[in-house]
Amino acid sequence: MARFAALCAVLLLVPTAARAEVALSGFLQQNTAANTAAANPDGRHTKWLEERAQLKLDASGGAWRLLAKGDLAYDHLGRQDQSELREGYVDYTASRWDLRAGRQVITWGLGDLVFVNDVFPKDHEALFAGRPLEYLKRGVDAVKLGAYPEFANFELVLSPGFRESRIPDARRFHLYDPMPAVAKRETVKPGQGDVGLRIYRDVAGYDAALYLYRGFQRTPSMRPDSMTAPTKISYFYPQLSVYGASVSGRAGDGVLSLEAAYYDSRQDRSGNDFAVPNSQTRLLAGYQIQPAEDLTLGFQYYAEIMQDYGAYVAALPPGFPMEKRWSHTVTARLTQFFRHQTLRLSAYASYNASNGDHYVNPELRYSFTDKVWGALGANFFGGKPWGQFGQLSRDDNAYLQVRYEF
Amino acid sequence: MKTKFQRRLMREARYAVTKRWWIWIIAGLLPLQALALSGEEVMKKSQAAFLYPGKDFKARVVMKLINKDGQERVRELTMLRKNVGEAGGEQKYFMYFFQPADVKDMTFMTYKYPARDDDRWMFIPAINMVKRIAAQDKRSSFVGSDFTYEDVSGRDLEDDTHALEREEKIGGRDCYVVKSTPKGSDADFGYKLTWVDKANFLPLKEEQYDKKGARYKLFTADEVADVQGIPTVVKRSMKNLQTGHRTEVAYLKSGYNLGIEDSLFTERFLRQPPRKWID
Repeated sequence: MARFAALCAVLLLVPTAARAEVALSGFLQQNTAANTAAANPDGRHTKWLEERAQLKLDASGGAWRLLAKGDLAYDHLGRQDQSELREGYVDYTASRWDLRAGRQVITWGLGDLVFVNDVFPKDHEALFAGRPLEYLKRGVDAVKLGAYPEFANFELVLSPGFRESRIPDARRFHLYDPMPAVAKRETVKPGQGDVGLRIYRDVAGYDAALYLYRGFQRTPSMRPDSMTAPTKISYFYPQLSVYGASVSGRAGDGVLSLEAAYYDSRQDRSGNDFAVPNSQTRLLAGYQIQPAEDLTLGFQYYAEIMQDYGAYVAALPPGFPMEKRWSHTVTARLTQFFRHQTLRLSAYASYNASNGDHYVNPELRYSFTDKVWGALGANFFGGKPWGQFGQLSRDDNAYLQVRYEF
Repeated sequence: MKTKFQRRLMREARYAVTKRWWIWIIAGLLPLQALALSGEEVMKKSQAAFLYPGKDFKARVVMKLINKDGQERVRELTMLRKNVGEAGGEQKYFMYFFQPADVKDMTFMTYKYPARDDDRWMFIPAINMVKRIAAQDKRSSFVGSDFTYEDVSGRDLEDDTHALEREEKIGGRDCYVVKSTPKGSDADFGYKLTWVDKANFLPLKEEQYDKKGARYKLFTADEVADVQGIPTVVKRSMKNLQTGHRTEVAYLKSGYNLGIEDSLFTERFLRQPPRKWID
């Protein structure tokens, strides 16, 4: 409630700021996701059941702008009040530079539900529980500095505190746990923040970008206090640096996207520590075409290559699933509009050829009026019990989102 | 009896008349030459008058999508256009959406090139992401309306052959009627007739026929206003005669030569559209 009070204070104070142009908007939303395969680990039959109201305030005056997006939400599956400040920042814009300070959503890279250079926090639970796409991204509390000299554009992101990605809740999703008997668990978050730099410009008609990141893995690793007789498991976020690049542009009749990054696992450069992810190279090639009116097709090939595979194999404790050195994933997306683009059918499918992991997300979305839309979709998971999607194979669900915007 | 001098005078006078007669013939032919524009030339002038006037242009655009039962959907955006070179050349477009609510704050940018595919980018505010989008199908609908991308930003003149069919009055205005037939088979229409105002070269009406020769779509310029001395179609509509669906477009707050900077048409401002340009 403190957050809500702070939001209200901001909402009330800002319009009094002199000569600002103020716009208020928002929505009311109902979101339900029902299990189609099995009950949750906690016995419930829904993955998500929530009412949500968002209020967005957008005020600008001169070179300044303030944006605050706050959600009031009530979860019926035990979490109850889920109100949060989604975004809340101040912008200052000068002719050759700008600044954004506060909670903000930042997305880097070109992938479609595949992340190579997008090192910013996500909400994986939101995706798997059938929430609207915008909830896939979590805001970071950061200062973003933009500089735009003639030769290139620079975006520097400084976060004083670390914000993690949200992983699915073990009460709602059947998550793979190599040590289910150990009940005592603790999570240690990094005490520092992180920093990222993106440099981008046009190169011969292509959008080219370089990315540098120094911080931490956004999803936790686990370390038991003892391998033979564990009594406690600690979750922690290993140190990580990422060096990446991307390019996209027209190729043939479509748009080609290429992206690569090296994940430098700073906490375990030798690859000998089984609890810390091995250093990794990530590659992505995507192609998007529009073969007919209102129809778009997108294809991606995505690879993860482990750097020190020998060390990984040698250090892996017995009983832990062994990953392959190369992980190949292909994805496809179809988007077709009907009825003057008020009805949208989309289907996303991802298949990992190395371990059989797969994920399918069909969705039908209709705008009943200019203010009311609804989406009906489903999430289907499958693969090996320890795979990213395979562990969720009992968590298949069908979801409904209905939103009234004002 | 005429003197030698008089005879000479008469001969010179006759010569002068003859000479003047030729001048009159030439003078009479000149405007005819000028009037007899080819279909190609009419469409070229029309493209310049309709899609290229000014160095740049800005309008608040309200589109009403109306189905055959009269139900309306509204799309509202600010459109900014800047010419890179001469009429018929490269252009840059920037669009910011106000309505409907689920696309509010979305921005859209096009670099339009003559005789090759456009480059298009879209900014999706929900996930704060700029995406390049495939753009080879210029005949696809613009935001679900009856207008195609080509109807909004222009169709390459080289894609069709243009023949001057006749001259005809529309609403008291003299028009050229030009028949344009696609050279390739990729267009969704068989041919179209365009009524181009002889005075200002704006298209006042366009009839598109499908490949079977049936009337398919009808464009009308419903109001032409003088904006800073430039005749501008400020109200237009496109009706699909086969489905009964139509789209009415009004340009509010239009203006030319506003000094829109080149830097506007970049990822930076796609993500953070400047208030001064989009209101």
